[in-house]
Amino acid sequence: MTLTSSKGWQFRQPSVLPGFRWTLGFTLVWLTLIVLVPLTGLFLKSSTLGWDAFWTLALEKRTLQALKISFGTAFLAALANVVFGTLLAWVLVRYRFPGKRIIDAMVDLPFALPTAVAGIALTTLYASKGWIGSLFAPLGIKIAFTPLGIVIALVFVGLPFVVRTVQPVLEELDREVEEAAATLGANRFQTIFRVLLPGLAPAVLTGFSLAFARGVGEYGSVIFIAGNVPFKSEIAPLLIVIKLEEFNYPAATAIAAVMLLLSFGLLFVINLIQAWSRRRYGYGA
Amino acid sequence: MDVKVQNIRKEFARFPALNDVSLDIRSGELIALLGPSGSGKTTLLRLIAGLETPTDGRIFFGEDDASKKTVQERNIGFVFQHYALFRHMTVLDNIGFGLKVRPKNRRPAKAEIRRRALELLDLVQLSGMENRYPNQLSGGQRQRVALARAMAVEPNVLLLDEPFGALDAQVRKDLRKWLRDIHDRTGHTTIFVTHDQEEALELADRVVVMSQGKIEQVGTPDEVYDTPNSPFVFGFIGESNGLKVTADHGGIRFNGKPLNMAAAPDKHGEALLYFRPQDIELIESGEDGLTGSVIATRRVAGTRHVELDLGSGTHVELEISTEQAARIDRNRVTFRPTRWKLFPV
Repeated sequence: MTLTSSKGWQFRQPSVLPGFRWTLGFTLVWLTLIVLVPLTGLFLKSSTLGWDAFWTLALEKRTLQALKISFGTAFLAALANVVFGTLLAWVLVRYRFPGKRIIDAMVDLPFALPTAVAGIALTTLYASKGWIGSLFAPLGIKIAFTPLGIVIALVFVGLPFVVRTVQPVLEELDREVEEAAATLGANRFQTIFRVLLPGLAPAVLTGFSLAFARGVGEYGSVIFIAGNVPFKSEIAPLLIVIKLEEFNYPAATAIAAVMLLLSFGLLFVINLIQAWSRRRYGYGA
Repeated sequence: MDVKVQNIRKEFARFPALNDVSLDIRSGELIALLGPSGSGKTTLLRLIAGLETPTDGRIFFGEDDASKKTVQERNIGFVFQHYALFRHMTVLDNIGFGLKVRPKNRRPAKAEIRRRALELLDLVQLSGMENRYPNQLSGGQRQRVALARAMAVEPNVLLLDEPFGALDAQVRKDLRKWLRDIHDRTGHTTIFVTHDQEEALELADRVVVMSQGKIEQVGTPDEVYDTPNSPFVFGFIGESNGLKVTADHGGIRFNGKPLNMAAAPDKHGEALLYFRPQDIELIESGEDGLTGSVIATRRVAGTRHVELDLGSGTHVELEISTEQAARIDRNRVTFRPTRWKLFPV
């Protein structure tokens, strides 16, 4: 993966598996067809709006609020997934218990389940008359049809990302490092927070960014539970759909372009952090 | 600090890894636990560290019963074969870790921790590397950081598990000398595990030879090499030949022929005769001795190794000078061990 050489970076390196030109060419064609062409189309379409109209739309109160809700809830959901996903991965890697395989398989269900199904199921559960929602209703806490509901839906769809990125790293974690910490007098708390978690940080960060990215773009499960009240629980993807239904394609693509740029910026920063940690510590996911 | 291992037994899922092992280690000694893999040497080390709990038996540090204490309370220094450094910490933070995690009332001030870590870094000859990360060091350097980290807590006893096992030959040799040097300067009671007899004999004050969960022999390198007390030790340390012989009336016979070697008069019947390749003399073919034909000879440094077939499928290897080797009759070599030992079959 990484090309390192004392003579500096070389464009092509002799290898037992030749085929650099073919693989690079194939990769570029594929990436262009699948990713670049649609995205370029998106920017072209939004550019038909013109610069001024684009900014007016992008900075419109409703758009900004929707973006804030989308990114904010995705961020909170990814944070929650980092905590519980890591915990779940830990339990799956470190302990043996009956039903472990079933739980392990269940982790992937949010990948496979149609998101609309998840959204409807969660809404039913968390509505103020639902099994879980009715427990919170007397406390004055409304879950479904509020941003809190959006967070819960995003936690659901994002969970596998954290578990599946942290799990293999945990499996490879050297037990001796824990033992070394113990022989040096560190108690469990210190071993976990000073030795284990910092070592897991790159994997956790990857899981976080995947869950976050998924959360930002999630539509299907959210629209059922969100209630979709403008300025309160309306997410940006929904706003795009609304514009589409109004046949206002340039506006829809403009919002999409803003989302895309924001997401790309955030993921790029996360990638930079990871590259930095990999250079420094010699590992990372 | 003295370490006393008392009747330790350890079973892993009903499989005994250690069987009634007792061992006394004196304060300041450098002890090698030597044995093939599966002999229980690492298990014994981990039991002393507190990383495993014994099925039975006790371990004392001085007068204290350490078996009741956790790893953290035992205050030991442990060095792992694969270093087990904390890779997200700098070299200096790695070394200072043991001091930083102490409870507040026993924790030195920050500046003091730094000073001590730098001092240890100097002791392990890595001054100037304090801000590197483990990933940026070579294997030998990593192991020295690991040793400095273990010594930072001023351990009661320093335990090293195959400390040089993952390093290449030249680095091993250097580190060996260097470890002996550090031990002489700091005087920590040190126990290290190795499967390399050369390492054990060169480095240790006393060698504990282990096999199949038991201690075979404890002694200075000279003792275990010159007077092995079992066929296993004879075979495991240095080169040796083993022959099936019969003892009767104070004499020893091989294939019915007398060897002109004296056995204790009370020993009768089958026995195993062990001798080292170099502890032999070549004799005239008419005299009583062992006779065989040469199968192969190999030049090893200043001597020649000669492999003989003594008949009935028994092969032995002799080590003789190159001049002697030039004169021998390739079809018929007769020799007699000058130092040997008989063991019951």
